[in-house]
Amino acid sequence: MSFLSVRDLVVHFKTVDGVVKATEGLSYELERGKTLGIVGESGSGKSVSSSAILGLHRGTNAQVSGEIFLDGVDLLKINDESIRRKRGREMAMIFQDPLSAMHPYYTVGNQIAEAYRIHNDVTKKQARARTIEMLDRVGIPQPDRRVDDYPHQFSGGMRQRAMIAMALINDPGLVIADEPTTALDVTVQAQILDLLQDLQREFNSAIIIITHDLGVVAEMADDVLVMYAGRAVEYGPCKEILVHPEMPYTWGLLSSVPDVVGDTDAKLIPIRGNPPSLLSPPPGCPFNPRCDHRDKVPGDLCRTTLPELTPARAGGNHVKRCHLANPDEVYATEVLPEIAPDMIEEQA
Amino acid sequence: MTDMDPATVPVAEPSAIRAHAASTLDPNAKQVLSVENLRMYFPVKANGIIRRTVGHVQAVDGVSFQVPEGGSLGLVGESGCGKSTTGRLIARLLEPTAGKIEFQGRDIAHLSSRELMPLRREIQMIFQDPATSLNPRHTVGAIVGAALEIHKVVPKDKIIPRVQELLEVVGLNPEHYNRYPHEFSGGQRQRIGIARALTLQPKLLVADEPVSALDVSIQAQVINLLQDVQREFGIGFLFIAHDLAVVRHFCPEVAVMYLGKIVEIADRDTLYNRPHHPYTQALLSAVPDVKQAAIGGRRERIRLEGDVPSPILPPSGCRFRTRCQFAQEICAKVEPPLLQICRRHKVACHFAGELGHHPSTPVTMGVCGVDEHGSPVAGETPDVQLNEAGFSDTWLDLQTGQRTGA
Repeated sequence: MSFLSVRDLVVHFKTVDGVVKATEGLSYELERGKTLGIVGESGSGKSVSSSAILGLHRGTNAQVSGEIFLDGVDLLKINDESIRRKRGREMAMIFQDPLSAMHPYYTVGNQIAEAYRIHNDVTKKQARARTIEMLDRVGIPQPDRRVDDYPHQFSGGMRQRAMIAMALINDPGLVIADEPTTALDVTVQAQILDLLQDLQREFNSAIIIITHDLGVVAEMADDVLVMYAGRAVEYGPCKEILVHPEMPYTWGLLSSVPDVVGDTDAKLIPIRGNPPSLLSPPPGCPFNPRCDHRDKVPGDLCRTTLPELTPARAGGNHVKRCHLANPDEVYATEVLPEIAPDMIEEQA
Repeated sequence: MTDMDPATVPVAEPSAIRAHAASTLDPNAKQVLSVENLRMYFPVKANGIIRRTVGHVQAVDGVSFQVPEGGSLGLVGESGCGKSTTGRLIARLLEPTAGKIEFQGRDIAHLSSRELMPLRREIQMIFQDPATSLNPRHTVGAIVGAALEIHKVVPKDKIIPRVQELLEVVGLNPEHYNRYPHEFSGGQRQRIGIARALTLQPKLLVADEPVSALDVSIQAQVINLLQDVQREFGIGFLFIAHDLAVVRHFCPEVAVMYLGKIVEIADRDTLYNRPHHPYTQALLSAVPDVKQAAIGGRRERIRLEGDVPSPILPPSGCRFRTRCQFAQEICAKVEPPLLQICRRHKVACHFAGELGHHPSTPVTMGVCGVDEHGSPVAGETPDVQLNEAGFSDTWLDLQTGQRTGA
């Protein structure tokens, strides 16, 4: 069994308007030393499904079912005390906005040391020394002085480094990074991504990186999981998915972002409409109201039947959720020429 | 709220479905806006009873550029570089400390609010966050119609029809004028913001990060809409964003800011393919790139160490020198002028050159009247016309070191 194995994960929230189906039947595997990128729009369930791993929905109105095996232990079966002991030591999370994830009244060092002292029987002095060592490791200059600073005295990039130090201080096997660079500038983003990769090599941890930026995924991830309306719609090795995407939603994500290199004649093709409500997702394929290719499927199948995850035509270890019979041909002949005319020439 | 469920309500979005290519540059267009040597210093006050001014945040420090009629100029840079302040100065939400803002040939930098009133019609702004820039207690009709009412452009009974017309232009259902902002999704709210900016048919739109708060699939819809309205109404855009790829798609000409100064300004192809400033090069190399990664290539990344220095006490000489791998003695002593090196390309660097071809001696020695180490040379006078807006017919050729023309 893989280091992390999520099977048929379901997260529902009961509200006055009905049940919000935030995650529906999500399954994936992740080994140590590997990175999984989860991509999707806001409200696609990517954060919700990942916080379920840490047990952050316990004590809320969420209904979580399925199986989450971390190192052979089903995290959904163990009690609150056991998961509390794992949280921070075996698995940790890096949040999007470090300013709101840190307590403004405590020094940065205090907050990082707390994570260490809870899981290790050490004196304050030892914890402080370990904190300074960790701050130094994540590249904060003069860590012995900055350890006594408050979060507001740090810049955005440094705060995110401190968050990473906090997450990694117990050397966890699994790190979940929820939009770790979205609030940062590109140059700082590049620094943080480099740092995460260095640390991963050093600690051999498994990383889940949640993002809406395919560029970040392309740089970081070994595997990619594309989520839409709470479901996995495409899953496989990163390069496979970027080169041979077979789900129209993934095409939409690729064609709606402009690029800094290549042809300026490349067109920007938006995905029309808006993401569906998770209260009442559309029947059939959840993406069908926004899909340009549903008419290619005979018998109105897209509007009536939810497609299963099936192996991609291009082969590889790659599954997609789409009724199209020949998605690889449609992509190569209809989508790619519009969004990357120069790439076609390069390959030819 | 539930009846606005986007999955069930068909939303009129005629402009969103069309695919759009990038816009192009017209080098002979008239300029609608010309900014010269613009400065904005915010005072920093001491604590205590007597709030002495102890320093200034040099948010914008001598910025010059032009926006063509119906064209667009992109302004990019990291947070804190002064790009938003520049936008607010041009919309005259702030009064500049010094400098000229020439709008249609008239300097508006220090006009009083009464004198500005008619100009407010001509210059409008689109804000970053559509959730906070729309009054939650007003209906869309009131928000978009407010400008029509204040400026008395149409009779009172014609306001609603005009608002509906505008809602249709931006791809919203005109029947929804009675709804409140919270009943719309993020992308739709940004469309309301755009409709509001269009009500008075402005000549210049300052778009401050218009898409950065939106989801990627919605970003493209809004960018295409902005291109449509630009084409239809001939509006000049100052497009402020930190996303280099979005700016590349929208703006044929782009200026890069660092710590309150423009370090490089050029047409799109030059700036993105042959940047000459080390900061622009670093910025571009830091952008993660899907399509490159998809075909297996990955560009070499230039690592920028550390953070942007404080704008209260910026480094002497070149402001980028503390993070620049090419910095030498001269960079600490002499501030590099924004030097025109090609027909539409200006760069502020002593060692300007394409990546991998940075010269070993400063290219600015002649124009600054200094030697290699930045010490003044007796008898040499610095070239004074270095901070004007726009481009001249002659420029300094980097290969020959001579002034050349077309």
